[in-house]
Amino acid sequence: MLKDMARLLITLTIIAASAGFLLSQVEQATREPIKEQRRLQMVKALSAVLPEFDNSPDTDIVSLQNGVNKKGEPVQVAFYRARKEGEIVGAAFKVIAPDGYTGNIEVMIGVRPDEMVNAIEILTHAETPGLGDKITFSSWKDLFKNKGLDNADWRVKKDGGEFDQFSGATISPRAVVGAVKKGLEFFRENKAKILAEGGQS
Amino acid sequence: MSLVKTFTKGIWKENAVFKLLLGMCPLLAVTTSAENGLGMGAASTFVLVCSNIVVAILRKLIPSKVRIPAFIIIIATFVTIVQLCMEAWVYGLYQSLGIFIPLIVVNCLILGRAEAFASKRPIIDSAVDGLGMGLGFTLALFILGAVREIFGSGQLLGISLFGAGYQPMLLMILPPGAFISLGLLLALMNKVEAGR
Repeated sequence: MLKDMARLLITLTIIAASAGFLLSQVEQATREPIKEQRRLQMVKALSAVLPEFDNSPDTDIVSLQNGVNKKGEPVQVAFYRARKEGEIVGAAFKVIAPDGYTGNIEVMIGVRPDEMVNAIEILTHAETPGLGDKITFSSWKDLFKNKGLDNADWRVKKDGGEFDQFSGATISPRAVVGAVKKGLEFFRENKAKILAEGGQS
Repeated sequence: MSLVKTFTKGIWKENAVFKLLLGMCPLLAVTTSAENGLGMGAASTFVLVCSNIVVAILRKLIPSKVRIPAFIIIIATFVTIVQLCMEAWVYGLYQSLGIFIPLIVVNCLILGRAEAFASKRPIIDSAVDGLGMGLGFTLALFILGAVREIFGSGQLLGISLFGAGYQPMLLMILPPGAFISLGLLLALMNKVEAGR
């Protein structure tokens, strides 16, 4: 009886240990490629929203605190700065629209030093295919180009603003427009810090 | 049973989806396009073949009282390997399949084959069985994905089929479309079988 028990334990332990060993090998082999994939993903998003640059914005970062989350921990926002010939030509940062139709919408915003939007990019979303997911269409994202806090009414048309919603889907565009506006306000308040020379952290 | 028969039964006679109705969760969830279906099928096939082989190798060493946890550890190991490799080398597919890659662990088709076949048969038979079952599953995922993609977005594997004038049937790529297409496909299969 006791011998039986021991056999069960030993077999399972050996199987689990071999599995663990195998996985640690695979994890090691894939660690670098995965890191690279995530970095490429980031660079792709940054290139899409920033003006032409000749530095690597994914390493030229200023981190600022923007409020606290539900648990009371500080929320860090990273600003990726694009430079051309050493001069800062824009900064990109992520904002999260918590009020999408199905969960959070992550938006990358590229802002120029004159506080105008250069471009936006939807990073992740789970909006309804065919309705809310039209926020990822470039024709819609282009509406944000060259808009700033002072030259645009940051609401969807249904609410009296100037951004198109889609028939059958107002919630997703409204969430994105609201999030971008908040992002721009945060940028304006902290502009000096974001565009400060050096400050690489 | 000959090896050829072991292989082909998984594709048609005992097709996991159309005949056994196993693995419904990933089938319904990821088949919004043919490409997703193929990717999911390939990942599941890899796991199925590897776990079948390992289970067959260890079948005499694993005491029957703990066989289920042992099988699950083996399956989960291969699923994690697939997940890491996909993230490293096919990032786009990794992102579109999302949570359904780790959920391959609970695909009852895989545990089912380990329990019903690989734990009682020699290694080569088990490998062939896994390959056949996996390809049958992939075929089903591809067909369902293709049907939904053709009607739901007017494309097949990302290539536009009907030109710009086509108004996609949105319903087909939403969850109800999965149930409707699966139901119609199964009805069609039964009709074909009955007509023989």
